[in-house]
Amino acid sequence: MKRALGIIGIFLAILVYSIFFAENFTTGINLMQLTNRTALYAVLALGAALVIVTGGIDLSIGSVVCLAGIMTPWLLIEHEWTPWQVIPTVLAMSAFIGLCHGLLITRLKLQPFLVTLCGLLLYRGIARWMTGDQSQGFMGEYGDVRAIALAKFSIPGLTDYRLPATVIPALVLAVLIGLFLSRTVWGRWLLATGRNESAARYSGVPTAWLVTGAYVACSLLAGFGGMLFIFDIGSAQPSDFGNFYELYAIAAAVLGGCSLRGGEASIVGVLFGVATLRVLQNTITLAGYSSQIEFAVVGGVLLLGVAADELIRRYAARRLERAGAIERAGSAARA
Amino acid sequence: MQVERPILLRVRGVGRRYAGVTALASIDADVRGGEVLAIVGENGAGKSTLLKILSGVVQPSEGSLEVADVRGVLAPVELNGVRDATRAGIALVHQELNLAENLDVAGSIYLGREPSRFGFLDRGRMRADARKWLARVGLDIDPGTLCGTLPIAQRQLVEIAKALSTESRVLILDEPTSSLTTRETDRLLEIMDELRHTGVAVVFVSHHLDEVMKIADRVIVLRDGRKTGELVRGEYDRAMIERLMVGRDIAASERRAIGANAAVRLEVAQLTSAHRRKRPVSFAVRAGEIVGLAGLVGAGRTEILEAIAGVARHGGEVRLDGRTLVGDASSRVRRGVAIVPEDRARNGLFLENPVAMNMSLAWIDQTSRARLVDQRGEAGLVSRMVARMQLRPPQPARRVQTLSGGNQQKTVIGRWLAVDPAVLLLDEPTRGVDVGARAEIHAEVRRLAAAGSAIVFASSELEEVLLLADRIIVMHDGAIAGELAAHDATEIAIMHLATGGAAHAHSTGTHA
Repeated sequence: MKRALGIIGIFLAILVYSIFFAENFTTGINLMQLTNRTALYAVLALGAALVIVTGGIDLSIGSVVCLAGIMTPWLLIEHEWTPWQVIPTVLAMSAFIGLCHGLLITRLKLQPFLVTLCGLLLYRGIARWMTGDQSQGFMGEYGDVRAIALAKFSIPGLTDYRLPATVIPALVLAVLIGLFLSRTVWGRWLLATGRNESAARYSGVPTAWLVTGAYVACSLLAGFGGMLFIFDIGSAQPSDFGNFYELYAIAAAVLGGCSLRGGEASIVGVLFGVATLRVLQNTITLAGYSSQIEFAVVGGVLLLGVAADELIRRYAARRLERAGAIERAGSAARA
Repeated sequence: MQVERPILLRVRGVGRRYAGVTALASIDADVRGGEVLAIVGENGAGKSTLLKILSGVVQPSEGSLEVADVRGVLAPVELNGVRDATRAGIALVHQELNLAENLDVAGSIYLGREPSRFGFLDRGRMRADARKWLARVGLDIDPGTLCGTLPIAQRQLVEIAKALSTESRVLILDEPTSSLTTRETDRLLEIMDELRHTGVAVVFVSHHLDEVMKIADRVIVLRDGRKTGELVRGEYDRAMIERLMVGRDIAASERRAIGANAAVRLEVAQLTSAHRRKRPVSFAVRAGEIVGLAGLVGAGRTEILEAIAGVARHGGEVRLDGRTLVGDASSRVRRGVAIVPEDRARNGLFLENPVAMNMSLAWIDQTSRARLVDQRGEAGLVSRMVARMQLRPPQPARRVQTLSGGNQQKTVIGRWLAVDPAVLLLDEPTRGVDVGARAEIHAEVRRLAAAGSAIVFASSELEEVLLLADRIIVMHDGAIAGELAAHDATEIAIMHLATGGAAHAHSTGTHA
């Protein structure tokens, strides 16, 4: 939890600013959309966090979002599959993509950055080619299936705010992944692998399978997230759907306290990281800033957050040293 | 002959506290030119702190330092950083070598103070000057050689040459021999001897009392941050130093006889490891037996241990209790094969994590139910192991990074003792570990053997091999050169085999 305190602080600061300075920020409809978006991006960021924990990175998240998201209406409408065929197929395909990433990284020992960079280009290319670069949508059909993402639940006592259904999968996944990391043997192993892959291997941890598993989970969540996104928005262009989503996911995970060196994660932090980026984006729009500046603001905040984190870490390390780490044998520093 | 050697550096009542904890207290010492001064002590005794103070890395919280000027007059100095120390003629050679692997030798020696002409690097002069300093340490290599391609021993000498090139008169070496072979160590000691004759003061820290006995003119013994003795050459023996270091007598080992009819637990058949020679190796270890792998660096000991543990691929067969071991380390650990690696920082420990996590990782799956971590059970087992390994301080929540080398090693070994491994493989089990911790580690290994485990360890220290092993397998160039029963093995016999000598009268022949 301690790791999440910083981002919670940043979140609250931006939230307060938004409440006072962004017009219409506190309206029910805006908050509803904000919660919905946060939940959708959270699904992606949770997957990114699992990969970052291993010390890896997945740049293909946005393209998997696109491929999975585009394929869903394409199979339903153009190929007239049933939802019961489409949903398992798309999820299985996403998981398979992750499996390929994982095997290339752990067996062929390719660098995660390169493997997933190729994935980024590959899956978007496939999505655009497959659909002839045509916009794909549900043509007003399948309202029942889309309700997975579109349904809103009334909350007693609130009249103009209803809870978006996407919050449910996001929270369930967050709790499951949080428990996985903190309470299960595999979670322990995954964190250990991220911290020191070699030491984990020498301790008998099946590191290759764990890392592969992390990539499978990440792509699976990206595919699932892609489906939720398309259910939510109804139709999308293969050329721009999901663009930069991997960067939002990675940024949120890092803001939330996941070290890119691996071995550290805070699921609460990741959720607040996502929320921070969403509120920021929302406020830029509402407060009347030019929306073109969004990337610059997000980049600036991310830089500030990461720099602050590093400074706090150093301060803590110095205090720890003063407080009694007296004489370490030189061998400790070898890492 | 007994000319009073000039004092180059005087330490007066120096101490250092970290947040109220005393790491070093009221140390007095004179460092004299033309003299080798050894500083010994257990890990955590304050040696590193003292070296850091002398080399300006940390500042003393009490006391002062005085440095002699050219006329030999001592004047107080404040060393606020390595730069000040260099200016005062003091240079430190770290235990971990700091040479940039992608620079050539001359470039490393003159890193940061390259000779230049009209703003351009004067490579010719740099190389010529470098050659001069290399000659001082007896190193006959081309100054254009990349540091990354040099063996450790030569890099060490380059570091020393670099230190000398700053015109330093006090040369401080932090555990200079910890990664050298016996022969390389002897060479380094010779060079230290030569340097002494040129009037340089050599200060060094070592865990190897043999070296200290061989070379030091004076020995300062530290314990718990205090000086417990200063001994002058000819006035002490090894036992005296050991007593001053630990404040107690170290028990000699008791040798046990292994019944020839004890069951064979570990069998290695025609094993070809990652060693470059790919020569097949076969041997067997009985229940309760401790086998020591001796040999020079590069003889293939580490490769064999890593092959048995399954962390490296191998050919041939490894059998445990008659059943062949297959798969990688993760499946072999589940069958009870455990390894304590040579490089504990890289392959053994999660330095930023607490002791508890470091210990429990290897068996957390065995104490868990339905893959859920049993936190109470974990904490209980960890604290039992912390007590059994006599970890100091006995705090499971402490980050491993902040522990001394000996306690770090105890953490790695304690990890495995919790699950009573069938086979325990230890690679340099007490490297960089102080005398007291070493005795405790040896005792735990013996206890594990007595309970029926098969134990194989590799050590570059003949003394340790002779002390701990029931049977000694000597390796040379990737193959078994011979086997010796511990009771009639001698250092000479082992070195004979390790250096490629034929198996002689003492050898019991290669195990079938």
